[in-house]
Formats: sequence, C-alpha cells, structure tokens
Amino acid sequence: MKSITLGQFYPADSILHRADPRMKVILTVLYIVATFLAKNVLSFALLLLSALFLILISKIPMKLVIKSIRPILFIMAFTALINVFFTGGETVLVEWKFIHIYLEGVYQALFMVTRIVVLILGTSMLLTYTTTPIMLTDALEQLLSPLRVLHVPVHEFAMMMTIALRFIPTLVEETDKIMSAQKARGADFTSGSLISRAKALVPILIPLFVSAFRRADELATAMECRCYHGGTGRTRMTVLHYHPLDFVILCAMLAFGAAIVVLNRLGLGFTL
Amino acid sequence: MSQGWIRTEGLTYAYTDDTTGEEQPALHCIDLNIEKGEYIAIIGHNGSGKSTLAKLLNLVLEPTGGAIYVDGKNVCAPDMTDEDVFALRQKVGMVFQNPDNQLVATIVEEDVAFGPENLGVPSQEIRRRVDEALAMVGMSEYARHEPHRLSGGQKQRVAIAGIIAMMPECMIFDESTAMLDPLGRQEVLDTMEMLHRDKNITIITITHHMDEAARADRIVVLDDGRILRDGTPEEIFSDPEPLLAAGLDVPQSASLIHRLRKRGLALEGQVGTPGACVDAICRMYEARHKSL
Repeated sequence: MKSITLGQFYPADSILHRADPRMKVILTVLYIVATFLAKNVLSFALLLLSALFLILISKIPMKLVIKSIRPILFIMAFTALINVFFTGGETVLVEWKFIHIYLEGVYQALFMVTRIVVLILGTSMLLTYTTTPIMLTDALEQLLSPLRVLHVPVHEFAMMMTIALRFIPTLVEETDKIMSAQKARGADFTSGSLISRAKALVPILIPLFVSAFRRADELATAMECRCYHGGTGRTRMTVLHYHPLDFVILCAMLAFGAAIVVLNRLGLGFTL
Repeated sequence: MSQGWIRTEGLTYAYTDDTTGEEQPALHCIDLNIEKGEYIAIIGHNGSGKSTLAKLLNLVLEPTGGAIYVDGKNVCAPDMTDEDVFALRQKVGMVFQNPDNQLVATIVEEDVAFGPENLGVPSQEIRRRVDEALAMVGMSEYARHEPHRLSGGQKQRVAIAGIIAMMPECMIFDESTAMLDPLGRQEVLDTMEMLHRDKNITIITITHHMDEAARADRIVVLDDGRILRDGTPEEIFSDPEPLLAAGLDVPQSASLIHRLRKRGLALEGQVGTPGACVDAICRMYEARHKSL
C-alpha cells in the first residue's frame, strides 16, 4: 500500500515538467479551446500532430499514454457509432434496409473521435502527467487568487486540497487495516447480493469515519500549534516565477491556435 | 521563589462534560518552575493530567484558573491578542503523539516550511531554515519524499523539523515516542537530546516510559492532577514507593539498586540508566576487593 501514487504524475525531466504550473493551466485551457475550433480535415490533422508532438516532448512512455486512452475506448466507440449511423448527408455510402450511412457521417465520427482523443492526450500531457498534484494546487490557488476580492475562500480550498491529498494514502492504509480486522472477525465482503455486500461495508465505514474525525481534530490542533491562521499574512517557501521558456511555450500555443483557424479557412473537403 | 522561564501559578484546569455539563477537574493548583535550557520529563499514569498540562503551556487549552508566565509574560492575561498567542506558540513548540496526524503537506520539505510560512517569514529565509532543520534531524536526503512513505520515527523527525524551523526556545513532546517502534523511539530521543545539548532548547517530554524519563535532568511526577514529586531522576527513583503507589513503574535498574541498597549494599552514584547501574555495582565490587 506504500506504493500508492496520487494523480497520474509521471516524474521525468522535460520542458513540460519544468514549465510553470500556472502557465500549464492556461495552456491547457487554450488547448481545449483549440480542439473545439478545429473544423476540417487539415485542422484535425494538425490537432493529431500536436498531440503526438506533446507526447514526444513530455517524455512520457508510450505504454502509459495508451493506458490513459483505454478507459475512454467505450466512449470513443459509442460516439463513432452514433455519428456514423445518425448523421444525415448527401453522399450515401451504404443503404441497407433501415441503415443509411453517409460520407458526412463517417467524417463527423472521425472528427469527434479525434477530438476526444486529442482532448484527453493534450490535457494529460500538458497537465496531469507532468505536474504534481501539489504544484497543481499551488498554481490554481495563485491563478484564482483575484477571486478573493469576491470573498471566494481560495486559500482555504487550496488548503483543503492539500490536506486531502496528504491524507488519501493514510486513509487507504487505514481502510485496509479495518478490512483485515473485520475479516478476522468473520466479515464477508465478497459474496452475497449487491445489497448484502453494500451492507457488509458499514462495519468498515463507521470506524473509518470515526478515525477520520479524530485525525481531523488532532491535525487541527497541530496546525494551530504551528500558528496556522488562514491565508492572511502567510508567505510561501516556493514562490512561482515565470521563466522566458514559459512565454515561448505560450507563443507556440497561440501560434498553434492561429494555425487551426487559418486551416479552417482553407475549404478542403468536409467541414463541421 | 525563583522566576523560571516558564512559571505556572495555581494552574487549574477542568474539562466540561459535553452531555452533562459537569466540570471534570484535570489539574489542581499546579505551581511549576521551568528554567531555560532544562530537560524535564513529566510522568504520570493515564488521566493524571500530564497531557493537559502540556496543552496548557502553549494555550491549546485555556486554563480555568491560575496563571502561566512564559519569558516573564503572563500568557493568560485577558489582553492577549492573536499575535501574542502566535508569538507564544512560536516560542513553545509542540510535537504530538501520532506522527501521521501532524504532517500537513504532501512533501517533506513543504511540511517543514508550514510553520514559518504561517509566521510570514520571507521565502529565502524559509528555504534556509527548512534546509537547516532537516539537516539537524538527519532527514535532508528525504526532503522531496512523500511523508506516507517514511517510517514512524522518520515522520516524527520531520514533525520535529517542522517545529525547529519556527525557531522555538522550548519544545514540548507530548508522548511523541508512544506510537513508535524501538528504533524510531531511539531516533526521536537522540534528536531530542541533541536539541537540548547543542541548541540549548528547553525540552519538556511527557512520557510513560520510565527509561525515557530517567534520561532527563529533572522529573515531575503528576498524580490525579497534582504534583506528587519533583526532582532529579536519582531523587525520584531512589524512593520508589510513592511512584508505585501512584500506579507508576520504576526503571528496572533503579528498582534493582533500590533493592540492593535495602539489603545493605553500599551503592553510590547515579542509578538512572542501566549503564550507570552497572558502573555502581562494579565500583562496589572493586571497593570490596580493595578492602579485602
């Protein structure tokens, strides 16, 4: 259980790992916008290329990349089928009984699947695979800090995130211990109907909750002893600084967005 | 009466039962003087009020009666501001029992930085303090590790580093070794004694391990919220009856020496630790051989 890893972070030394996490959040948002801007074959091809390029520069092993795609295979297949069978058009490809498949439908299906794949790959390469959860929390805290004017408790949310991340492994370990303890007392979690299995979880959840509350209480005392009093007057050890490289990446991303828009104008073949 | 660095006068505390509203007295009129740079152990059986006393000293709990003076300042005065409380907690740091429940961040060095960050220390200064504190407890190589991958003793040392980084003058260890294995316990005890010896930090350790208490310069025995005994380990352990009556144990070595003395053997010197006990017995035999 000691080997539990949080999030999907994959440690490596790449440009994307080194980039400022705040910039990466911004880039991810821009990238998502770009994927939705794409309209024709050329721009979708560019999207695919950009995703491959991101994989290459992030130095994430291909095996891991494929693993990240696997959970969405069903959604991809479903999207493709729906689009193939239910999109109307002019050029008929197959006509058999009630099934009509049009060329437009095939294009649409291809585009949609590409969009999903690129979205998943882009966000994971830019953000989740290359940024530690704690960096991500820090970045979000700083990016959202203007919202404090509107009395949004940004620091408090970030603190909650940090503590949650800190205690997930501890509580997982504890759940394991409680399960073993209940098994030793003859509890059975694996057989019976769904309802009886759900009921069998109650003797795990109750001790877990009790202990979580006790931990929370102790942690609060320990934090008080270390002079925690919210975000006011608090300094940070690691202050995030933008480096020239971050702006180079930002420019590249903007150029990429512009390229997509330009390619959309070249009316080649089917457009969405 | 001498003016200790920490001084309590008639310190009283009573818990209020949430359901019945009854007051449950935990401490009665504690008068205690702790000098700067002392290494003091507070012992007592469960419910003797030793943890309550520790929590009062840096105002995690507020006393229901009496006063506490730290560094000449009455910290129970009604005009204490939040800043004063933070200043007190910076001076008097506290390490708790469960190492898991006092680490806040997901990375060791981030956790050590937590205290100074709350105090508003400038970034570069925090960096320096964190590196120094981690080096002091011998955890520098684990600076980028995740706390849940460390052993109990290592986690507790990180917790200690987190307090050191706040540059306290006094550290309270509230049964900080109770949940550790023998190896982890040794690590924490060594760190504690190093801080006392090299950094002149006042150490107050709350424990029910008599062997640990025997290593301190002074022992305060609490029983039912009152101070039962107060003295050096030799004084305390050379008279085991009151301790046994209070439901406490005596270190085996002290118990042995006590019984040998009762039999009329002339044993001299300190008896707190097994080593000292062996020395005392050896010296006695040497003296006998010489006299024969």
